Amino acid sequence: MGAGGTELNFLTTEDLTRNDLEEILDLADEFTRVLSRPIPKVPALQGKLVANLFFESSTRTRLSFERAARALSADVMSFSASGSSLSKGESLKDTALTIEAMGADLMVVRHRATGAPWRIAGWTGCQVINAGDGAHQHPTQAMLDALTLRRRFGDLDGLRVAIVGDIRHSRVARSNVFALTTLGARVVLVAPRTLQPVNCEGWPVETTDDFDAVVGSVDATYLLRIQTERGGASVFPSLPEYVSRYGMTRDRFARLPDDTVVLHPGPMNRGVEIDDVVAGHPRALILDQVTNGVAVRMAILFRLLGGK
Amino acid sequence: MGGILLTGGGVLTPAGEVRTDVLIEGGRVTAVGPRPEMTERTLADRTVIDVSGLVVGPGFVDLHAHLREPGQEWKEDITSGSRAAAAGGFTAVVAMPNTDPPTDAGHLARYVSDRGRQVGLVDVIPAGCITMGMEGLRLSHLDDLFAAGVRLFTDDGVTVADSGLLRRAMEYLQSRGGVIAQHAEDPGLGRGGHMHEGRVSSLLGMGGIPTQAETVIVARDLAVAELTGAAYHVQHVSCAGTLDLIESARRRGVNVTAEVTPHHLWFSDQQVLSMDPVAKMYPPLRTPADIEALLDGLRDGVIDAVATDHAPHAAHEKDVPFEEAPKGVTGLETAFSAVRTVLDPNPRLLFERMSVTPATIASLEGHGNWIEPGIPANLVVVDWHEQWTPETFLSKSANSLFAGVPLVGRVRFTFREGRLTHDSARLDVPAPSPGAGGLR
Repeated sequence: MGAGGTELNFLTTEDLTRNDLEEILDLADEFTRVLSRPIPKVPALQGKLVANLFFESSTRTRLSFERAARALSADVMSFSASGSSLSKGESLKDTALTIEAMGADLMVVRHRATGAPWRIAGWTGCQVINAGDGAHQHPTQAMLDALTLRRRFGDLDGLRVAIVGDIRHSRVARSNVFALTTLGARVVLVAPRTLQPVNCEGWPVETTDDFDAVVGSVDATYLLRIQTERGGASVFPSLPEYVSRYGMTRDRFARLPDDTVVLHPGPMNRGVEIDDVVAGHPRALILDQVTNGVAVRMAILFRLLGGK
Repeated sequence: MGGILLTGGGVLTPAGEVRTDVLIEGGRVTAVGPRPEMTERTLADRTVIDVSGLVVGPGFVDLHAHLREPGQEWKEDITSGSRAAAAGGFTAVVAMPNTDPPTDAGHLARYVSDRGRQVGLVDVIPAGCITMGMEGLRLSHLDDLFAAGVRLFTDDGVTVADSGLLRRAMEYLQSRGGVIAQHAEDPGLGRGGHMHEGRVSSLLGMGGIPTQAETVIVARDLAVAELTGAAYHVQHVSCAGTLDLIESARRRGVNVTAEVTPHHLWFSDQQVLSMDPVAKMYPPLRTPADIEALLDGLRDGVIDAVATDHAPHAAHEKDVPFEEAPKGVTGLETAFSAVRTVLDPNPRLLFERMSVTPATIASLEGHGNWIEPGIPANLVVVDWHEQWTPETFLSKSANSLFAGVPLVGRVRFTFREGRLTHDSARLDVPAPSPGAGGLR
């Protein structure tokens, strides 16, 4: 993403400058004001067609994009993999070309395979927003997390953020590592070795497998969802053991500094990575993240489609 | 009478490179020497090809190509694969047995070699499966395959994981003179992997295949080869660690050979940052340090041979996200030029690694012979210095990492048993015959 108004796609946080990120957050602040009006809608993207292509199940991200696009008066088509022609064997390329032929201006793409949004951007003339590809990137999630932290702390400079959980398989973690550190935060990745990425020496982060060693010195803890459907069986010995070392239990929450906040990208496993009581605590900003997600996605849609 | 006279080339004879002429008659080289010595016989009805400035050597031998026939002819068949091979200067190609059905019995091997003969551009030598259906459960029809001419046995694409089964295959073939070739990739360490496990895979969040997936299998296999005395061949070595294992096993007297592909000598896992599935193959592209080690290994002889692992896939099959793409790249048409460019060897070294030694490993007596009277005229003429950029291919598939990459050195003519099978100036002419273009 380059200077304002010239972007084609929004695919990764890796190559965004601090200026890019701050412009998006500033714009999101403006859209937050729009969303608090009696009629939370502007005609900015009237006549534009946004297609949500979700090849992997998602509720919050898809609905958030729909809400954001409609608040900008764009038309929205949504597609989810189940019940689609994919089950009839159609290729991703043909699906994308079909949606393009219907007149889509922009595609919001989620796919289980790394790079799928890049492939679609290459095959079609549509602009593309990455709504999550494999374990690679989920850049709009990182933007809404950055917005949530900026709202709370005013500034991310020097902010110490612990991202805890299955870093290795997390696109949320990868996007946040680059977005948050570019904005000046110091990020520590907390996970057992089996869930840490291998060979991440070049990342601008610290890593540890000892949550308790850092819990007293962080401004924000970002808890990742543990995929209980995978059983966890091959990556840690048992869920109770995971909870005891890496869960945000009530006991661990009590040892956080007084103004430390808790974030989670959702959906939460209450009682696993986050205790039920902690999830409902005022310092858990999980619903703020959801609200901010709409404003951030409005900002990104507007930057890509507005003024054309 | 007839015959073809190659004049003025740098000819790779048993005594080294000599600037001289080569006479081909009746499918054999009948004379090697300066033209005056040949004037006693009339030149009138001979085809004379001026190859001055070019290098004349034994035709290349590929130990590892997927020609896809029978069963996957939309990717490649023995006709298109043979044309691609001839264009790459190959006179013999060992066809991998992971066809549909897999080559696990003699009649299937005969089908492949018969089809090769029918096409007539290269000797297509079938490799046979080690296990039935490549399922890793019971031995294939090893005797039957051997009788059909198979000398190299492999379940390429998968590893024979059962050490006991591997031992029995090695024991069985050791006395017959067969070679067990292994695609070394530990199923557990490689599980869920799509690329080299390293910094790039971590950045992309893609499942990785650590180099140890290769080295643990090679280490085990070398121990079993030592136990059985069998000839063992490591296919497509991808990492430095494997070279150390091979060297130390050789010092102990283990009968081990190894091959490397041109793409592993050239490209690193950085290539995957594009997320273009053309960079997807197993074993995956490794690190720049591995590339250096592989180049050294090939130069020093730790690695015996270059093999292409030519693995064609149709465009639509690769036009998907990386993780969903089939594995493999093509290589027959670019192998010589790629090795010439990246290794910058002297001609003799290159021909040892691409012709003489692979012919020995595959027990192909008619190939890989330094040029002298009496040998079958399986020859290639290369321009050592021509610069070119591959753009189109004779293979049915174009999933080449070298498309658009400037290369140095180019195959000019290929001869199989004295017949011209490729002329780079006449690519539009299918199956050229003696007397066709490039001649005067």
